[in-house]
Amino acid sequence: MKRLFMFLPLLVALGVGVFLFAGLGKDPTKLESALIGKPVPEFSLPSLKNPEQTLDTSVFKGQVSLLNVWAEWCPSCWEEHEYLMHLANDKGVRIVGLNYKDTREAAFRFLNSLGNPYETIIFDSEGSLGFDLGVYGAPETYVIDAEGVVRFRHVGVVNQKVWEEGLLPVINQAKGES
Amino acid sequence: MRYIVVILASVIWLSSPAQAEVRAVYDFETRAQELRFQELIAELRCPKCQNQNIADSNAPISEDMREQVYRMMKNGASNEEIVDALVSRFGEFIKYKPPVDKRTILLWAFPAIAVIGGFLLVAGVVWRSRRRDEEGSGLSEADKSRAERILSGEEDQSERL
Repeated sequence: MKRLFMFLPLLVALGVGVFLFAGLGKDPTKLESALIGKPVPEFSLPSLKNPEQTLDTSVFKGQVSLLNVWAEWCPSCWEEHEYLMHLANDKGVRIVGLNYKDTREAAFRFLNSLGNPYETIIFDSEGSLGFDLGVYGAPETYVIDAEGVVRFRHVGVVNQKVWEEGLLPVINQAKGES
Repeated sequence: MRYIVVILASVIWLSSPAQAEVRAVYDFETRAQELRFQELIAELRCPKCQNQNIADSNAPISEDMREQVYRMMKNGASNEEIVDALVSRFGEFIKYKPPVDKRTILLWAFPAIAVIGGFLLVAGVVWRSRRRDEEGSGLSEADKSRAERILSGEEDQSERL
């Protein structure tokens, strides 16, 4: 019995070690969305390209889409844009853009210099839909299923790794169900 | 000494413009409402900056959240409704006090577990030492008297070695 007690500090140290090791490499700035499994919040906002046109949650109905939150002022959005172009043009992914707290002028400047991967762009100059979605740092990318339900959120730049390990499996699953 | 005063004064003077930021001013009808607002924004965490509450944070998202808290207060929402509205958008993360549920029970129970564990440990040590006293040291009378002689210096220890 006494012998066993001698090993107690070692066991405690091992336990703490395993616990701390599991925390290594986790990014505490990435939060899971509170909206997973819930429908996209109701909104009524103009289209970026056509101010006359009003968009609502029906833009997500009928097919699986990516919702990408971007702004001209956001440096990481410039960084990920090339990959979004690749997804839209080469992989045929439907991407809906949410232009967040931007001006039309700045948004067009961004699209003119980098290209437009978006099928539709929601113009949210006040950031109201962004707020309802819980956007806390652009760029953010959501997978929305054909019913308009949020399935996944990625905060930060979308690249090949994020696409293959995060977005694609969820998209395939969502497509399989519909 | 004079140098130090000059340096300190210039540091204070130079740093004030950096802190001057434009913040939205919220008007309240009563002092109690204002205090309630201050209390609410002090216990909500900024999702972008992690370890700041939305009262302290200058992040745009915190500004939006303060705005939302203010708007809901003006519309007569209760504290609970306001917190729930924000949690439904940004998740439990923004509450500095997590709710007690399955995932957080260990977190909440840990202080009690640590205290009880520590108490049991101390009780165990005391109990064992008591038992040892009762049993005695296990030395015979001859050994004891010899030990006393050694301690008082009457017997040379080296003869045993």
